Parts: sequence; structure tokens; C-alpha cells
Amino acid sequence: MVKGILGQKVGMTQVFTEEGKAVPVTVVQAGPCSVLQIKTQDRDGYQAVQLGFKDKRRPSGSVRSAGSQARKSERGHVAAINSKRSAARKARGIDLLPKPECEPKRFIRELRGETEGYEVGQEIGVSSLADVKKVDVVATSRGRGFSGVMKRHNFSGQRATHGVKKCHRHAGGTGMSASPSRLFKGVRMAGQYGNTRTTVRNLEIVGIDEEKQVLLVRGAIPGPNGGYVVVSETNMKK
Amino acid sequence: MSQQLLESIEADYLKKDNAPEFEIGDTVDVHTKILEGDKERIQVFSGVVIARNGSGTREMFTVRRIVAGEGVERKFPLHSPRIDKVVVKRSSVVRRAKLYFLRDRIGKAVRLKERRR
Repeated sequence: MVKGILGQKVGMTQVFTEEGKAVPVTVVQAGPCSVLQIKTQDRDGYQAVQLGFKDKRRPSGSVRSAGSQARKSERGHVAAINSKRSAARKARGIDLLPKPECEPKRFIRELRGETEGYEVGQEIGVSSLADVKKVDVVATSRGRGFSGVMKRHNFSGQRATHGVKKCHRHAGGTGMSASPSRLFKGVRMAGQYGNTRTTVRNLEIVGIDEEKQVLLVRGAIPGPNGGYVVVSETNMKK
Repeated sequence: MSQQLLESIEADYLKKDNAPEFEIGDTVDVHTKILEGDKERIQVFSGVVIARNGSGTREMFTVRRIVAGEGVERKFPLHSPRIDKVVVKRSSVVRRAKLYFLRDRIGKAVRLKERRR
């Protein structure tokens, strides 16, 4: 059974262990999540549990915020909606997927792995990670835009003086001369940095607060405060 | 909302009622628990509180003393369970929150005027 939960990064702080050691922790508001769908080997070709976190607004009629409102497909994903297609499928004797009958969700992710123990519509809280010691955290890293090589690849740049002209943060050489007279693939250069899916593995769980639905994870996790994260049991071997 | 949540998490780790009470410029004895092998003993560091920094669980205070003619400063986490207690020996008249000017002073000039409570 895969163990994991969706959540939102709250921020970092410092807590003390019983021996009095200060531990840097990231606070994650985790859950409650709903199980929206269970993917099966027969039907989908792989096994996974689909979780949803935080309610998404239903349409209010305002066009301006249409992007943050649940569309009909999203509403139909969490609750049965009568449609021509569902009527036709029923008439042909196809079983429709069970629906969780909850509000549409804002952040939906799948956890791949064994699915026994999960059922559609089930609520998952932080207590599901109670006996987990180490976790992997997946999130979208902070976007830094089009960044130079010093920021993006930790290059050293060039000297501040001694005749360096307007090249203080440049990369220097990127290759050879007439032979091979081309650039090798994979040479590190300036470009888009951040805003990618980033995983941090093997982080220790320092504390779980079931009342506040909060998880304390040792160390830093990617993304800004308020960013959505997936916390799951680590796949590192011991 | 998230800031309040963060503070409520920190609140569980703060010394609420028994937080050490002292002011900048106070001469204090800081009692710290030290583990030696499996024995615990108390070590005392005494000196003048010259600064307090940070907030919440990260709050630290700096104590300065002169050992064998050499200035020694130690920074303690205020809410650490290793800090047993802080005893105020003497208070003094100070007009600023950070007494870093004491670092440049030698000998008699280090003295601060006592404040009677």
C-alpha cells in the first residue's frame, strides 16, 4: 500500500528535540485529502491512488475568475452528473466508475503503487503517515526566469578587474575551435531556471500534529510558501 | 493564515510560563545542562547580556564576559530545553538594545552603571 498525502508548504521554522537539539523543519499543511479514483491494472494499465486536496470553487457566473472555478469535467470527476454519455454507457451495460461524492478539488495527484486499503471517497489525514519515518517530497521549484550561468550552474564568472570588459558574469569558453567547429550537446549555458518538478528524497518526519493537520519535515522542500506538495513514503532503500 | 499556523506550531516548543526573564545589560548566570557520557551536569556561564535576536523558537541571546583579559561571547537559544535557568545577578542602566559598543572597551570602561530595582 502506497503511503502519501498532498499538502501545502506553510514555511520553515526551528523546533527542539527532547535532547535539546535544534532541528530545522518545514511545516506542511497536509490533508485532509479525498481519494478521487483508484487506477487498476486491468482498466488503466497501472496501479495508483488519485488524491485531491483543497476544494475548488464552483462556478459563480463571474467570467473573470473562470480559471479558478471547477469546470464541468472537474465536477463530473468527483460526482455523478447525468449526461448523454453516461446514459449511453449505462444502456450498454458498462459499469460507471464509483465517484467520491465530494467537492471538486484544486490539487490532484496520483500515488503509484499497491492500492489495497484505499477506497474511493475515503478521507486521508496526516495520521496515515504516523508510522512513516522518512519521506520524499515532490513540488514545483521557485521559478527564477531566464538566468545566467552563475546563478543557474554555479559558474564562477570572470574577474572584477585586470582588464575584464563587460564580461564579469559570463561563462567563458563553451568549446573548441575549427575542430570540431560545433558546440557539444549539453554544454551548460544561461536559460530558464526553476519552475520545474523537483523531488527531495529521504527527509525525516520530525512531528505530526493530527489536530492541526500539520506535518513537520526536517530540512527544506522546494517551492514558495503556499506551494502545493506531494509527500510520500520514501523509495530509498535503507 | 499560514503565519498564524506557523506560530501555533512554534508555540508548542516555547517555554511559555517559565521563559527566562532578563533585560539587556543584566549580569546573568546562565545554567546550561551538559551531557557528559550519560551523566548530566549543570554548567554556569556568567556575563552581561548584550543582545537578543530573533523571535519564536529561534530567539537567541548573547552573553559577554571577560576571561583572562580576553572577551568571550556565547550565544544561547532562549527556548532550548538545555537552558536550565537564567539568574539575574545585577541590572544596569542602558540606553540601547544592542550593547555591541562594549566590544571596543577594555578594563574599567566595560563597567555599566547599576540600576536599582
